[in-house]
Amino acid sequence: MSVLDAVVDYDDAIARYDPVMGLEVHVELNTETKMFCGCATGFGAEPNSQVCPVCLGLPGALPVVNAAAVKSAIRIGLALNCSIAPWCRFARKNYFYPDMTKNFQTSQYDEPIAFDGYLDVEIPTANGDGTEIFRVEIERAHMEEDSGKSLHVGGSTGRIQGAEYSLVDYNRAGVPLIEIVTRPVRGAGERAPEVAKAYVAALRDLLKALGVSDVRMEQGSVRCDANVSLMPRGEDELGTRTETKNVNSLRSIERAIRYEISRHAAVLDSGAAIQQETRHWHEDTGVTTSGRPKSDADDYRYFPEPDLVPVAPSSEYVEQLRGTLPEPPDQRRKRLQKDWGYTDLEMRDVLNAGATELIEQTVADGASPAAARKWWTGEISRRANAEGRAIDDSGVTPAHIAELSGLVASGRLNDAMARQVLDGVLAGEGTPTQVADARGLALAQDDGALEAAVDKVIAANEAVAAKVREGKLNAAGALIGGVMKEMRGQADAARARELILARLT
Amino acid sequence: MSSPSSPSSPHDIVRRGAAELGAAIADGSLSSVEVTQAHLDRIAEVDDAVHAFLHVDAEGALAAARAADEARAAGESRSPLAGVPIAVKDIVATKGLPTTAGSRILQGWIPPYDATITTRLRAAGLPILGKTNMDEFAMGSSTEHSAYGPTHNPWDLDRIPGGSGGGSSAAVAAFEAPLAIGTDTGGSIRQPAAVTGTVGTKPTYGGVSRYGLIALASSLDQAGPCTRSVLDAALLHEIIGGHDEMDSTSIDAPVPGVVEAARRGDVSGLRIGVVDEISGEGFQSGVRARFEESLKLLEARGAEIVHVACPSFVKGLAAYYLILPSEASSNLAKFDAMRYGLRVGPQGVDSPSAEQVMAATRDAGFGEEVKRRIILGTYALSAGYYDAYYGQAQKVRTLIARDFAAAFEQADVLVTPTAPTTAFKLGEKLEDPMAMYLNDVATIPANLAGVPGMSIPNGLAEDGLPSGFQILAPATRDDRLYEVGAALEAALLEQWGAPILDQAPALPVREVTR
Ligand SMILES: [Zn+2]
Repeated sequence: MSVLDAVVDYDDAIARYDPVMGLEVHVELNTETKMFCGCATGFGAEPNSQVCPVCLGLPGALPVVNAAAVKSAIRIGLALNCSIAPWCRFARKNYFYPDMTKNFQTSQYDEPIAFDGYLDVEIPTANGDGTEIFRVEIERAHMEEDSGKSLHVGGSTGRIQGAEYSLVDYNRAGVPLIEIVTRPVRGAGERAPEVAKAYVAALRDLLKALGVSDVRMEQGSVRCDANVSLMPRGEDELGTRTETKNVNSLRSIERAIRYEISRHAAVLDSGAAIQQETRHWHEDTGVTTSGRPKSDADDYRYFPEPDLVPVAPSSEYVEQLRGTLPEPPDQRRKRLQKDWGYTDLEMRDVLNAGATELIEQTVADGASPAAARKWWTGEISRRANAEGRAIDDSGVTPAHIAELSGLVASGRLNDAMARQVLDGVLAGEGTPTQVADARGLALAQDDGALEAAVDKVIAANEAVAAKVREGKLNAAGALIGGVMKEMRGQADAARARELILARLT
Repeated sequence: MSSPSSPSSPHDIVRRGAAELGAAIADGSLSSVEVTQAHLDRIAEVDDAVHAFLHVDAEGALAAARAADEARAAGESRSPLAGVPIAVKDIVATKGLPTTAGSRILQGWIPPYDATITTRLRAAGLPILGKTNMDEFAMGSSTEHSAYGPTHNPWDLDRIPGGSGGGSSAAVAAFEAPLAIGTDTGGSIRQPAAVTGTVGTKPTYGGVSRYGLIALASSLDQAGPCTRSVLDAALLHEIIGGHDEMDSTSIDAPVPGVVEAARRGDVSGLRIGVVDEISGEGFQSGVRARFEESLKLLEARGAEIVHVACPSFVKGLAAYYLILPSEASSNLAKFDAMRYGLRVGPQGVDSPSAEQVMAATRDAGFGEEVKRRIILGTYALSAGYYDAYYGQAQKVRTLIARDFAAAFEQADVLVTPTAPTTAFKLGEKLEDPMAMYLNDVATIPANLAGVPGMSIPNGLAEDGLPSGFQILAPATRDDRLYEVGAALEAALLEQWGAPILDQAPALPVREVTR
């Protein structure tokens, strides 16, 4: 067990220190084949079923660059407003790592394919009533290969220490990655963790729109390393940084950075120095623990990869790829907000929930923008959060929601019934209509029963009825509740209100 | 021919060249099985003394020979060398056949895949006799650094056969194989050819696929033919050369007309440039004398001899001994005892860590020369030293390429003696790495610049041992090597009246019953 580090209150930390962040995001590309060989890249295949002499690093095997990965890298670079190198090389990063077949990683070092860009991210204004743009500068985006995966068997911790033996799966070895590295992000102040989260969310949306990655953070196809350092307020010299590795959800990025800021502040307050090291994030306990110290041993002995010819995309090719870029996410957001008639606040909820595409599809399937928003950012988002699932992995489709909201709009279901129908859909009982039919959920459609219930409730609640007669229309709510109860929920609340007001006013 | 035997006796068969054997197999006067068996017998007779082979695959070779004979019977003609057996340097991956690169660390490793060269040899119908000895991971100039013991020079069994491909050249010189594959990182095809009296070609970098060659220094390594004649080399070059999409550095262009050039052998009007920097001082007097005579023979055949300056060549050796270890240190990192090859547990440790196993294995599995170069390369690439060493060496490389470019403005080919001396005695330079490294001084510039080179035997020096004549051509103009090589070879043959190898002493022959 790790000893928990001391932390200071976040607001206190921010009052005395300026946080500076550096974010390194690894994106697994969704190319059909690996970075340097023809092996498939599918997720979840039988261990070591997608390997060959090249990605196993067998003696004599040679890499050949995957042109589709280069294409994706260039498109990502362009979408991040980067310059694209007319000529660049791969380099060897030499270090020992049990999951790495060659004991060097083929990566890009001083010659990245894309460099000097930026990504504008939208964050709430300080007073929370709107949004503002924070520009995150991109230093570089470079290509590299993923390593394999170890499984340590027999121990209690799943770590190599204490394990009886280790298994290595090289299916992922050689899968193409793009590493996107920011320049130091400064000036975000107390909102640094929020900016980091918004940046990764914006990056994720962008990558999704580009179609270059599956961007499934929970499967590790997007992984974030977060560097954090603190500068005492009023000073301008960067502090010693720590690097928290492989943080793999938006929420964790925010929490991990927040934690590190508090921890750094505690260390600095005590007069001690921050150790430059890697840290591990623990989702369950919400803390980071010390990993490997950065040291002279981190001499990777980079040199240009002699087995690969340089990558030299022509300017015509780059311009041709520029033409394939999707509408920039911020423009698209503005267009959709206008089309859908959402307020800034509503749009922000949509973005935070990561529901833009889902809503777009739901509207295309026939729902009103208002209903689509309400369902995705409300009920479904809540349930997905509670189950720790991604919203687009919740088991309901835009078509389901469009159908469900159609049933509400037509007056067949009220909201409470619709939620019950959603339960059924999630339980795999079928489409919303099928669930409603099977469960016998439908509002009473003839006014006769409703009118009888209204009369009964008014008679039983003379005092309330009197208030309504006096013009206190809000009081009608209690009567509507009574009617609903009388009808055992099978009533259209709006119609009940109409009838009550017609009787009393 | 000086053969005392009947026309088709095994003795006669092994002394015939590959082109001739290919023609005999094609016209049915010999079968591939007969030819292959004759060479297997010869290996059984003399290889105890020569030790050219690390592994002989009699069964596989005969099966391939039968397949070649069947293909011929069915009217298929797969190549002019179909059915002619070949020996392959043990650095080339051969599916199902042990491949060790002369190292203990790969003892018993059987690759699950074929190198592109191997694939092409098989497709062309050449039976693979076995794998030839070499300096460990091709580091050395004498084949004394093989973990499996040295190869002996067929001209004098107390002498080195050159390195690192001494096994391939010795196999060809000892008539154990009509053809062999070598690899040349700093001269490992040409230098052994020179000291064994055979022909060795290093094609243009990228001219023959590196896929499946266990890498020594990726930016320098080049595979090529080891043969007894220029035409045989050209025929083999044509089979193994050409674009390979598995090797990103492979040249995407057809192989130049090397066979045609070898058949033509015409140097009239050709300008032949003598590189004075690597032809004079430090070269054995007999080697220099043979070189001068060869120039005269070429001149007599209509070539124009010019002298060119290549001032940066003298720095080549130093640059080479930084670039090679640097790349090698990275290429050899994969040998970590985890996935294949040797695994040694550390002494006196109960449950050793992965690092301890790795260290013990590397200590036991790598030889002294390999360790020396790994340490050198690791140092040269390390932060703070990169610019001073690797970076400077790369600059020298650029200067050498410029020297070549300027020289090829003045001459169609460049020539030098291949090696400064004839074969030295086994053990003579083992304790002096620098003296050993100097053997490659004339061959290294071609690797640094990626240009093609060839060594052909041009006579015997004052000590009665063969010397080599090196020809260098501009990148992708491998055909010029064959043009000049064939012309000189013809002139020399005319003078000698018989191949130079006929002057080699007979090897002790072990009685073999099969
Ligand atoms: Zn593969």
